[in-house]
Amino acid sequence: MEELNHTTVWFVIFAMAIGSFLIRFSFLGIIGDRQMPEWVLRHLRYTPVAVLPGLVAPLVFWPAATGGNPDPARLGAALVTLAVGYFSKNVLAAILSGAATLYGLLFLLG
Amino acid sequence: MTTSNPKRQFLRGTRDALPFLLVIIPFAALFGVVATEAGMNVAEVMGFSILVIAGAAQFTAVQLMTENAPTVIVILTSLAVNMRMAMYSASLTPYLGSAPIWQRGLVAYLMVDQAYALSQIKFEMERELTVSERFAYYVGTVAPLAPFWYGASYLGAVAGAQVPPEFALDFALPITFLAMIAPALRTMAHVASALTSVVLALLMAWMPYGSGLLVAAIGAMVVGAQIELYMERRAA
Repeated sequence: MEELNHTTVWFVIFAMAIGSFLIRFSFLGIIGDRQMPEWVLRHLRYTPVAVLPGLVAPLVFWPAATGGNPDPARLGAALVTLAVGYFSKNVLAAILSGAATLYGLLFLLG
Repeated sequence: MTTSNPKRQFLRGTRDALPFLLVIIPFAALFGVVATEAGMNVAEVMGFSILVIAGAAQFTAVQLMTENAPTVIVILTSLAVNMRMAMYSASLTPYLGSAPIWQRGLVAYLMVDQAYALSQIKFEMERELTVSERFAYYVGTVAPLAPFWYGASYLGAVAGAQVPPEFALDFALPITFLAMIAPALRTMAHVASALTSVVLALLMAWMPYGSGLLVAAIGAMVVGAQIELYMERRAA
């Protein structure tokens, strides 16, 4: 591997810092307290459930740790986490039972 | 009308965010290790974690730099990974848009998936919260996360110990995100939106620079909104 150029690294850091801030600030900064139309609000209400499941889906179905092949332990853990979270509405309980399922299945199937 | 109590909401936020330390700490430490192995010094690792404060984008940047990608590509690709935050920003605006500009700036700087999702879901369920209570809750969620993000990045950079693969830490992130989303699946519309997101994200995974996720998210929002409209018309 070539040696990293430290000037370039700092350039990347500052460019990403400014760019990330502008992306995050965008609507909060520009729209502020102006009222958005009802149809826009109706779509925005679904942002968390529209983004996060898509973000984790490839990690659940094609984990890099198993070379991108579906893994029964990870699929099982994901299912248990979802089910416990859905029925208990308790984030910590969902995380702990998901982790327990993951380690349990990895141990049994490993 | 109950009186506004920002302090209580701050503590609520902190309490709600505590479980995410389970993923923030190993994730940040891993970043410190990976970035150091790529040839960065401690100051650069901390520069990333403090100034950029975006896990997935940071990993993307380091990965591309070790592959000697052109600097412009490194920056644009990593920022593309963060584009979902524009959607977060838009969806927080109805709740926090009337806060003072410095508060909105702070919300923007501290915007991470966990703080965003906890806050958005809470604001939607508890409509009676005042703007200052919402701001306090949001900052409360990041209060335990940010210091450990910085601290664990530092430890990873100086200690450099790898977590053994048997710990399957790759799955800490999916588990915490699923745990966060499951309680938010309150209606048919939310469930359909989440399913659409999963299916489209898998189908669009071939698209470059994580843009498939943005397509999936927009498609999922449309499905959620349309089903909500349909249910409302049927109920009327």
